[in-house]
Formats: sequence, structure tokens, C-alpha cells
Amino acid sequence: MPGVSLRIDDNEVDASPGESVMQAAVRVGVKVPGLCQMDGVSVVGACRLCMVEVAGTPRPRPACATPVAEAMDVHTDTEQLREHRKVLLEMLFAEGQHVCAVCVANGACELQTLAAQVGVDHANFTPPPSRLTMDLSHPRFGYDPSRCVLCTRCVRACAEVEGAFTWGVAGRGREAHLVADLGRPWGEAESCTSCGKCVSVCPTGAMFEKGTSVGQRRVKRALVSTLTSRRERESAREVLK
Amino acid sequence: MSNGVDLFDLSQKEREAQAAYRRHVLCCGSTACLSGGAQATQDAIEAEIKERGLEQDVRVVATGCMGLCSRGPLVKVRTRGEDDVLYADVDADAGRRIVDEHVADGQPVADGQLSLQHPFFARQERVVLENMGEIDPNRIEEYIARGGYRALRDAVTTMTPAGVIEVVQRSGLRGRGGGGYPAGTKWGLLAKAQSDHKTVIANGDEGDPGAYMDRTVMEDDPHRVLEGMALAAYATGAKHGYIYVRAEYPVAVRRLEQAIRQAKRHKLLGKGLFGTEFEFNVEIRIGAGAFVCGEETALMASIMGQRGTPVLRPPYPTERGLWGEPSMINNVETLANVPTILRRGAEWFASIGTDTSRGTKVFALAGKLENTGLIEVPMGITLREIVEEIGGGVAGGKAFKAAQTGGPSGGCIPIKHIDTSMDYDSLLALGSIMGSGGLIVMDEDVAMPEVARFFMRFCMDESCGKCLPCRAGTFEMYELLDAICEGRATAANLARLETLCDVVRTDSLCGLGQTAPNPVLSTLHYFRDEYEARVVPDTVAAAVAADAGGASAHERSA
Repeated sequence: MPGVSLRIDDNEVDASPGESVMQAAVRVGVKVPGLCQMDGVSVVGACRLCMVEVAGTPRPRPACATPVAEAMDVHTDTEQLREHRKVLLEMLFAEGQHVCAVCVANGACELQTLAAQVGVDHANFTPPPSRLTMDLSHPRFGYDPSRCVLCTRCVRACAEVEGAFTWGVAGRGREAHLVADLGRPWGEAESCTSCGKCVSVCPTGAMFEKGTSVGQRRVKRALVSTLTSRRERESAREVLK
Repeated sequence: MSNGVDLFDLSQKEREAQAAYRRHVLCCGSTACLSGGAQATQDAIEAEIKERGLEQDVRVVATGCMGLCSRGPLVKVRTRGEDDVLYADVDADAGRRIVDEHVADGQPVADGQLSLQHPFFARQERVVLENMGEIDPNRIEEYIARGGYRALRDAVTTMTPAGVIEVVQRSGLRGRGGGGYPAGTKWGLLAKAQSDHKTVIANGDEGDPGAYMDRTVMEDDPHRVLEGMALAAYATGAKHGYIYVRAEYPVAVRRLEQAIRQAKRHKLLGKGLFGTEFEFNVEIRIGAGAFVCGEETALMASIMGQRGTPVLRPPYPTERGLWGEPSMINNVETLANVPTILRRGAEWFASIGTDTSRGTKVFALAGKLENTGLIEVPMGITLREIVEEIGGGVAGGKAFKAAQTGGPSGGCIPIKHIDTSMDYDSLLALGSIMGSGGLIVMDEDVAMPEVARFFMRFCMDESCGKCLPCRAGTFEMYELLDAICEGRATAANLARLETLCDVVRTDSLCGLGQTAPNPVLSTLHYFRDEYEARVVPDTVAAAVAADAGGASAHERSA
């Protein structure tokens, strides 16, 4: 298949058809901010942090879900995009209880890194009192909904990579939260294989291994993407046989 | 009747049966009138007729909506060779009196009569609602007697699918759910898609506050929806259809289920229709109460038994929709236009309305007006004509302030634009939208920031929570609007509100979030002074907050 060439932030990029703008951008050193996107699981385009401007389209589009096209002209870091990202991140902080000083993920948190990258040093919004309680019913893992950014990486990893379909989202709007087995305590969720993939993909400290203290959460972020790419390679080999 | 081709026979028989009665008493049995006691009225009328032994001569029918819902229960007396007489506010006693004087003695009751020449009726043009208030929605025979299913028969037996699409395209019909996408173009996209499992879906998940156009069509003329869907299916090569109805419309669900059974019995749905190879089946799917399921990708997720949240487009449903196969979603009102377009021709339809907005639009006329109810008007009519003539002017002698169209996705039209033409493009130019047909008129006493707060509360409650800008943004905007309405907000808060409008509109995933700021932007544009009048200096805001025993909203650092 012939490749396509496009411009991302004034860099010429060669890409394969089917690649996303986000994937192509990485190769020229442009890291578009994002939270819900992760290699190895499907794309949902829900966090809207990776919005980029594509010349000729009326509104910004999510870089993770926008396929590259010939002669596309993409800008990932305009003033408006920067301003919007900042507001979006501020809202994300205001939604939960993101207190780094007492979080297992301190120092290994994607939200924390993004905040530094985008320049969010305080929130203009009022964080609400925590509405949801922590689920510590699982023998090995815990889930703290007040640190959850609803990126649904865990939902997708559980369904698409582990095939267990334990996690789902319940509730609408600000009441949206994760549920195991349609609303059981995690420890009683019969479909859970305790594989820990959900914990490994969590960008914040919402899912953690029990026994880890502040700043101790060190997870294998690449676990799911590695598994997926190995499987793809393996099935390609099967086809060749 | 065996193969649906003898529609004419059935129609003839029904007409003869109806003609045998000298008088017909049409009692509105639609939801609004029912809630006003229409059942008691009808029972009283029937009992009185029985008592007087007039059953052979007089037929009592529970019809669909007659339109002027604010004056219900409505009763219409139709006599052979005479003009119809309409009565308003008919309670059981008034119903008995109508039987005693008008039905029995032929002397129309003077009290409670409403002239059918009243502008509320005379200014309307009924296409979608042509059978409303005329037929018993429980009987397929009455729909057929008024020309129903003939368009389908003629299309299937004499036209090519492409020919049907061409007629719809030429009629200029645009989507009535709000977007205004040309129906013929959408049909063409599905027709082009290659698959044996195409689906057509009727979107009956009407959810705008105050709007009940689709509900009325589904409840009071269900066969029209089925015929429109069957025509869409024939034109596009779909064999299967779904009607997605919200659970809050139980009567619509019941009537549609009944209509499907009747249509199957008369071989108007199913296999081998009209002696051809054409087959089409319809199923009903009931929503679980989420406004967002009116968004087409969320609607499809809901049909498939998944959580009703939107997914990214493209791919569009006509490429990859229900069960991964090409699908097409049309609003109920869009589909309800189609049988009449096929029957009366594209040119006739295109002659109604404006150059870019052909045909009529049904509005749920609500708010501070003398007359409210369900109306169907040619597009291009001015807002002033709707308010002053059809609506009878603002109630209680108050002054008109603004009209809100398009519900939580729309905006308001202030008095200076009251002469605007009601069509897709004019409304868009004013910062509102045609929407699905909600039209709420507000008088001088209404505070616009409170209107914006009302709609934002709705969007906040109905946001699905999937994408961040809508989930968190509608909440933050609601909090700011609340602070403004309650006199707790500062100028900085107002500026923040405008920033949020921009972020939520630009960055949200689906139409719900992208349009959620519209009521704010529109009221800010036309009534900014009302917002500024409520904004207080920082020091006052702090004092108010201290009084309330907490810090002011949005002023704390995290």
C-alpha cells in the first residue's frame, strides 16, 4: 500500500494508511497529550485532550481517532488548543480528588505529567466532596473512584485483551463510574481473573495494588500493548503457515 | 384480504361503513386531552347516545390529537352535509349537553364552540398531521380509507428503488430531527452500501423539554410511520427496521405494536409484499430514559443492548451502523412526510415552504401564549405569525420577550427578530436551530439567565459522561449559571462561563455536548445586560459567600 505524506506542526511526515495522526506525530517527536488513548486497546476518543486542528475541517478533531490522509495539514499546539487543553485538564482535576501528596501514583501518574506539560498549576473549579466510596473488596487490588478519570482503558483492556468483561461504566454524566460485574464489589466479581491488566493500564492512582504506599505504584504500562502486538505477530505467523 | 393489493376494496368498505352514520362525534383521545379528562367526556357521550338509542345513527370515535391542547378535551361533531363543529373544554356535563342538543336535535350548542376558521386552525397546513383528529389510530382500516399504504403499494409495484429516492430527493425533504440533512441524500447513501443486512431505524426518542411532535405522530397515526419506514426500506434495500421509542411513551409503544400486528395481518409488512419479492419487518425497541440515545450512534448502541453512549463518527451509520452493517436513522416526522410526498408528488411538496426548507414543520407550541398545542405550518412562516395569529398572542396581555426553539440544543429569538422566517437557515443565522420542533414562547417576566440555567441543568443531567468536556463542562457551566442567577457571581465568573461555552462546544464528542452551550451563547448574545446586571463585584461575592457559610463557587484554588 502506498504511504501518505502529511504535515504535522510544519514537519513533513510519511505515514501508512490507517495510522492515526497521533501515531504519525510521535515519529517526528510531536507528543500530542492524551489520556484515554493507549496502544493495544481500541480507540474511543473520549478525553478530548488530543484535539488537533486539521486545515479544512471546521472543528478540531481527536488525533487518536483521526486517520492520516495525503497532504493533511495538522497543527497540534495552537494557542486555542493549548487554552482548551488547560481548561479540560482543570475540569478533570476538579471532578475528582487528585491529591498527589497522598497518592500511590505520585511520580508515575499520567495526569500529573500532563498537568505539568500543559501548565496546569491550580484549578479554577471547585472540587466536589467525594461522592463514591473506595472498593477494597478484591484481595490484591483496590479501586478509588475519586482518582478515576473515566478514560475506560481498564474497561477496554479487560474486555479486549483479557476477554473477561468485568469492568463497565454505570451512571450518567458526573455520576458515571466504573462497576465490576454490573455493580458488584470487585472482590465478588466472578468474571474477574485477577490478571491485573486494569491496574497496569490505569493512568492515575485509581487502580492500584494493595500494599503499595504513596509514590510506590510502579506498573508495567506496556503490558497490554506488548501482549496485543505479540498476538498480532503470532496470528500473522499462523496465516503464513 | 390476502396480499395487500386489494387496498381499494378495504378502503371502499370502510368509507361505506362510515357513510352509513349520519353523525360522527370525534373525541380527542390524545395524551393532553386524556389528562384533561377526555375519557370521562367520551364515556358520558357514549352513555348518553346509548340512552337515547342513537347508536345506529351516530358513531363515536376516539381520535388522535386535534392540536389545540390548551383547550382540551376537544370534541368535534361531524354531520353529513354540514360543516364540522368543534367544542373546547368539554367535560362530561358539556358532553351530555352536546349529545342532547346537537347530536339528537341538530341544534349546535352555543357555549364552548370554537370556530374552525380561527387562525389557530386556518393558518396551519397539515401534511404529517393530516389524519390527526380524523381517524381512530387503533384501526388500520381508517388509515387505509384515507389513502394509507397506497404510496407504498404504488412504489413497490410500479417504481424502482432509485425512482423512490429520486422523488424524495426532488421534494427537498430535510431531516426533521434537528440536523436538517437532506433525506434523499441519506437514503442514497444507504442504497449505495453493499450488504444483505441493511436496517432502517425510526428515531422516536424525542426528548426536548416540552416537545411532543413525534409522540403524537406515533400515537395517533402509527401506520404513517410504518409506511414511511417501508418506503425507506424499499428505496434503500433494507429488509429490517427498528422503531426506537422512549419508554416514557407507553401509548406510542402500544399503538405501534398494534399497528405492526395489523399491518402484518394485512400483508403490508412481512415477506412477498404486494406480490413482489420485497420484504420488510419492523421491531420496536424501547429506550431506557436517556436523552443522549436520540443521538444516532448512542441510539444504535442502545438497540444492540449496550450502554447508550455515542461513538466517534466517521464511520457514519450508512457505512457501518447497527451490528456493523449499513444502517440509516431517520426521525419519525421525516418518515411520516414520505407517504404523502409519494402520493402527492415531489413538486407539490416542494411548493410548500422556502427554497432551502421545503414542506411543513410540526411545532409543539408552548409557553406564555393564549393558544398552545401541536401545530403544523409551512416553513417560511414568520415567528410573528405563529405567536400572534396561531398562538393568539402572549397570554394575559404581557409583552413578548423571546421564543426558544430547538430545546436544549437551540437558542432564543428576541423580539427584534420576531419577523424572521421559520426555516432551517434563518434560525441558524440567528444562533438558534430548527431542532425537532419545540417552540417555547416567553413573556417579559422571564429572566433569560434562568432560562439558560434550566437548559444547562437538563444537559448536565443528560450528559452520558463519556467525554470530558460535556461531562465536566456542563456541570461547571451549570454551577456558574446558578451563581449568576443567585447573585453570587463576579465578572470573572461570567468570562469563565464564556470560555467554557467555547471549550464544550468545540471539543465535545457528540451533538449533545457540542450544542449544550447554545442556550447560554444565545441568551448572552441577545440579553447580555441581564447577565451583567446580576454580576456582583468581587467583594460583594465574597460577603455573600461568607454569609452562606462557605467560599464562593469557583473562587478556590485546588
